[in-house]
Amino acid sequence: MPAAGITIANRLMRYKLLAITLIMFGFGFALVPFYDEICRVTGVRELFKANEPVVENTQVDTTRKIALEFDANTQRLGWTFHPLESHVDVHPGQVTQVVYEVRNTQNREITGQAVPSYGPERAGQYFQKLECFCFRQQTLGPGEVRQMPVVFIIDPNMPKDLNTVTLSYTFFEVAGVQKKPG
Amino acid sequence: MSAVIDNHAPAHGHDSHDHGDHHGAPHGLMRWVTTTNHKDIGTMYLWFSFIMFLVGGVMALTIRAELFEPGLQIVSPEFFNTMTTYHGLIMVFGAIMPAFVGFANWLIPLMIGAPDMAFPRMNNWSFWLLPPAGILLMSSFLLPGGAAGVGWTMYAPLTSQMGPGMDTTIFAVHLLGMSSIMGSINIITTILNMRAPGMTMMKMPMFVWTWLITAYLLIAVMPVLAGAVTMTLTDRHFGTSFFNAAGGGDPVLYQHIFWFFGHPEVYIIAIPAFGVVSQVIPAFSRKPLFGYASMVYATSSIAILSFIVWAHHMYTVGMPVAGQLYFMYATMLIAVPTGVKVFNWVATMWKGSLTFETPMLFALGFLFLFTLGGFTGLVLSLVPVDVQLQDTYYVVAHFHYVMVAGALFSAFAGVYFWFPKWTGKMYDEKLGKIHFWLTLVFFNMIFFVQHFLGLAGMPRRIPDYNPQFTEFNQISTIGAFGFGLSQLLFLYILLKAIKSGKPAEQKQWDGADTLEWTHLPTPMPYHTFENPPTVK
Ligand SMILES: [Cu+2]
Repeated sequence: MPAAGITIANRLMRYKLLAITLIMFGFGFALVPFYDEICRVTGVRELFKANEPVVENTQVDTTRKIALEFDANTQRLGWTFHPLESHVDVHPGQVTQVVYEVRNTQNREITGQAVPSYGPERAGQYFQKLECFCFRQQTLGPGEVRQMPVVFIIDPNMPKDLNTVTLSYTFFEVAGVQKKPG
Repeated sequence: MSAVIDNHAPAHGHDSHDHGDHHGAPHGLMRWVTTTNHKDIGTMYLWFSFIMFLVGGVMALTIRAELFEPGLQIVSPEFFNTMTTYHGLIMVFGAIMPAFVGFANWLIPLMIGAPDMAFPRMNNWSFWLLPPAGILLMSSFLLPGGAAGVGWTMYAPLTSQMGPGMDTTIFAVHLLGMSSIMGSINIITTILNMRAPGMTMMKMPMFVWTWLITAYLLIAVMPVLAGAVTMTLTDRHFGTSFFNAAGGGDPVLYQHIFWFFGHPEVYIIAIPAFGVVSQVIPAFSRKPLFGYASMVYATSSIAILSFIVWAHHMYTVGMPVAGQLYFMYATMLIAVPTGVKVFNWVATMWKGSLTFETPMLFALGFLFLFTLGGFTGLVLSLVPVDVQLQDTYYVVAHFHYVMVAGALFSAFAGVYFWFPKWTGKMYDEKLGKIHFWLTLVFFNMIFFVQHFLGLAGMPRRIPDYNPQFTEFNQISTIGAFGFGLSQLLFLYILLKAIKSGKPAEQKQWDGADTLEWTHLPTPMPYHTFENPPTVK
């Protein structure tokens, strides 16, 4: 420590300023509970709170029948990909499962991600998917075959003019996912 | 008030020159390693920052080269991300901040009539923490996974997914923070305790005032940044969940803590730049600074206001409208003291006998372009506009007008202004002016067009873009290479002046009136004001 020649006044000042520094370091951590409290008071984190108590008719609406068509594509990816049934008729509110089959025709491990699209587009918001292979990336070893389900309910609120809906999936290769070395 | 400092006590054994010999610098490499002389340390800060400026500049050119055409040509997207990250970190923490600390070291003791800084040995440490921090930053490029491509803001949760390059970056930020804090403690103590008799607070040159305010800002917010990166570190390795939503944390919390540091940081960079300009403009107007007291109050209010506006960087994170409105109005309020400052600089020139040597040209370039950057800042403070422009090139253009045309131009003005005093050699005025005009034209070529790119919706930090943006990006890239090459001219001007510059006069600029010009010979002796001057 540089002791010689440093006046007492300067040394005192240094301790004061060091104390401010330490207090501000603590202040950074004090912001953590502070923000928690602010968020609780203002309710900014309650993004998923239901707007209204949802007491809706959950019955299957047998008065309507909707024709669903299933489509499957791959985008520059060495996989074959198709639904086991290409067409089903469902009632709104009815839990439905369809199965897709995918086969890796390449000699290497490939990771893919399926992206859904809907025709017409606005039908998408009435598809309530309970389970879907598109929720996560799929990794297939060389030549591997996999059957993958989609489980969904068509929302009974779907507009009456939508009678035929196409659900289409496209698989893209996820670049940059490499096999762990060794 | 004037403390006598024995800053070269031979008891420390770091230099062998006789204690009575006060008029020569020791020789050899160890002089620079062990020096506690504020002039030596100031010089090292300035050269360090210039080297970092070139390193960060090469990174900027890599970014601009990749953006010359749409599509991916030169670097991978991951490497592009590391370039934007380290360009920002190195320019902010390695180039601009140390440059102004260099000015502070050189000038504060001279301007207030003190023999040296209050804690000369701590001053040496402050500087010598920087090279290890720089090496640590650069070494992350060699680690598995490469350097961290998280942006200079180091937002969670991306920071928790990065490789070991993130850890070296965090440690580098710790070192840089310690260096700034020690430097600030030194500066505050020097200014408050070591002024020459008669040098009252309200007689201090504006540059000293701006550094006093900046140093307080630094000790207030650098520890908060240290806290934020420490939380990131413990989230990564020690199982805490400050920012990890899966463990009950909140990534938005990081942004709040970071910008609590980040907005004052903008003024940590800008306020010393204001200080340099406040010395240069009066000198070349041959008039005292207009509205000195209002300048002091305006600068202090800017510093205080800077603590309560941070969330204008995060309008889109999902905060209540009341919060957005508060941060919007508070931010717009900062335009008032800033306007006072700009008014005072202009009023200083009013009816002055102006001459336009290189330092004045850079100060005027600062005045025009910084004000323009201030205006785009005002535009961005508006919530509905910012929601559109967030993370576009409009923001990039805005803060480069403030950081480059503001801080960097001011640093150039300062180097040209004090270089003759420091070295006793005069630079080549004609080359200096060429350097200014090249810098000015190429600067606008890079960044003016980026306003339009941003308004058209080009996002920042992405290596590819829609082909409709091609022409303006090409103009920007050509400007960037011109700008980079112009800075080599600056290096040449400095080296030429050091080697064969004409001897400078004691008072090279007739309008300069601070103690270093009026009381000290040129070239500057190694030790100054061992007997404090009396200020009337
Ligand atoms: Cu800000």
